[in-house]
Amino acid sequence: MEQTTTQNEVQFSEKAMAEIRRYISHYPADRKKSAILPVLHIAQAEFGGWVSPQVQDKVAEILDIQPIEVYEVATFYTMFNLKPVGKHVLEVCRTGPCMLRGADHLIEHLENRLGCHVGENSSDGLFTLKTVECLAACGMGPMLQIREKYYENLDPQKMDQLLDDLSKE
Amino acid sequence: MGLKILTEHINVPGIDTLETYRKMGGYRSVEKALKTMTPEEVVEEVKKSGLRGRGGAGFPTGLKWSFLAKPEGKPRYLVCNADESEPGTFKDRVLMEKIPHALIEGMITSSYALGARTSYIYIRGELMFVLRILEKAIAECYAAGLLGENILGSGYSLDLHVHPGGGAYICGEETALLESLEGKRGNPRNKPPFPAVWGLYGCPTVVNNVESIASVPWIVNNTGDEYAKIGVGRSTGTKLISASGHINNPGVYEIELGLPVEEFLFSDEYCGGIWKGRKFKAIVAGGSSVPILTGELFLKTAEGTPRVMTYESLSEGGFVSGTMLGSGGFIVMDDTTCIVRNTWNFSRFYHHESCGQCSPCREGTGWMEKILHRLEHGHGNMHDIDLLVNVSKQIEGNTICPLGDAAAWPVASAVRHFRDEFEWHVKHPEKATAPGAVYSGAEDLAFA
Ligand SMILES: Cc1cc2nc3c(=O)[nH]c(=O)nc-3n(C[C@H](O)[C@H](O)[C@H](O)COP(=O)(O)O)c2cc1C
Ligand code: SF4
Ligand code: FES
Repeated sequence: MEQTTTQNEVQFSEKAMAEIRRYISHYPADRKKSAILPVLHIAQAEFGGWVSPQVQDKVAEILDIQPIEVYEVATFYTMFNLKPVGKHVLEVCRTGPCMLRGADHLIEHLENRLGCHVGENSSDGLFTLKTVECLAACGMGPMLQIREKYYENLDPQKMDQLLDDLSKE
Repeated sequence: MGLKILTEHINVPGIDTLETYRKMGGYRSVEKALKTMTPEEVVEEVKKSGLRGRGGAGFPTGLKWSFLAKPEGKPRYLVCNADESEPGTFKDRVLMEKIPHALIEGMITSSYALGARTSYIYIRGELMFVLRILEKAIAECYAAGLLGENILGSGYSLDLHVHPGGGAYICGEETALLESLEGKRGNPRNKPPFPAVWGLYGCPTVVNNVESIASVPWIVNNTGDEYAKIGVGRSTGTKLISASGHINNPGVYEIELGLPVEEFLFSDEYCGGIWKGRKFKAIVAGGSSVPILTGELFLKTAEGTPRVMTYESLSEGGFVSGTMLGSGGFIVMDDTTCIVRNTWNFSRFYHHESCGQCSPCREGTGWMEKILHRLEHGHGNMHDIDLLVNVSKQIEGNTICPLGDAAAWPVASAVRHFRDEFEWHVKHPEKATAPGAVYSGAEDLAFA
């Protein structure tokens, strides 16, 4: 569920907080920092698909660590979006094995259809086009990920169908 | 049909549930180990099995376990490496997704052998849907008394947790993985000390690949000696191969080590041959980090011996004419593949994934990517080809972790085996950059 964020008031839902507490309990009591990646994932899902500086500060507060420790991590790992994203983030694999099976064409097709380049949002703001490295689906390429779901063995027709379906959501 | 010990029941409906998994004989190794064996006896069986780490390096698992330090008053940890990010490798994902209990059973039996009371499965963050499958399976185990306090009344207790990564290939390197699990950037540690002495939270730790751990139950149930009978020589057991690229039947296959490569590549039971009736040009046989080979050198060694799927056979000829089994990522390329483009793609990957700690890797991977980009786009010169090899040599062996080597080998081997194709890009840039153009042999170079 999406929450409203203001300059200083980042509030996780009770459901998200329960999930955060569950993760924290997995590590020794003096090693709360270990939960940083799971908590950032929860935060990203909670606050519109990206982690703003305010959200990162809140994560630091929850884990009793310095904000810089969260910034360091959020910028190192590629899954965390540091800028606002579209409603649907398309993460297309561009690595060798997928390229061999047509990833380049799929990316080109997406750029044309969405009217934006890789790394940008479509003009209607609905989609963000990202390329990512090998997602462990190489035999089923070309493929992409949207949120927690993999779409495999894609071609331009299947891609168009998928975009049409997502646009209607 | 070869023996299947990991994937035998992969198509049984409901095999992802504890009930069905147990019906098919699951969790027998936990009963056997915890109730009738000492931890040392379990380690001994794994040693006897000859099982070698399936994460890529092929280090004997039992030996690694026997190095684990056991200081008084410090916990020990088992951490499963489920980061699977090596391009061309997707076997761990398929195994965890389809049969999550295979890994969890292995984790319980292995944790008991190592004396761990808390264990972690570090899974790459992109596989959040697989994390949820594992968590559901773990919850079933807690409810059934297979995890938690006093497992099956044996007196042994274990907590098992799944931890998601954040998207970074380098976190597959075991010390980077531990840093990441501690909530930090994934920067590999300098070694020694090795994780066996100084691992998670400064405690003795074993890091093992998903497939290695999932192989342990069969070894415990059937003895290490029986496992060692499967395979050839020092390549014992079965291995999961992720097959991708230009083949008719991509997917994950469990093979008995020692299977002839020709059979694996061409028979319908496995890869089913090259797609679209095309010719076999090249292969990266063990995940993107291993040297690329021509089709001929892959099927037969330089001496003309047919190769088989073992650690030894694939590396015959060293880096001059051989490669490595690595993680079992089998990437096949047909005769329409541009080797320069492919090498550039992999170089871009390693540059992108370098953690940036050591200058040979950080700078060198950037150089290689740039040079290959030039060559691929028709702006390279002959000197660039030697420069590539030169840069790769300066990275190799001069870095904190093996990512540097992993970036260097594919480039050096591509130039070694496909030099004329690189030269063609320099001599005939207009042809080489034409859409769909592919180098087809020496006559292309000769005619201007
Ligand atoms: C850059 C790099 C990436 C790696 N990625 C993985 C990986 O995704 N999965 C894995 O099991 N091992 C990976 N490894 C190997 C691990 O460092 C380690 O050797 C392995 O997890 C040990 O398990 P094993 O002995 O069971 O193979 C990687 C190594 C390097 C240098
Ligand atoms: S070799 Fe590369 S990835 Fe490994 S520690 Fe050095 S800079 Fe980081
Ligand atoms: S290369 Fe795309 S999933 Fe592996």
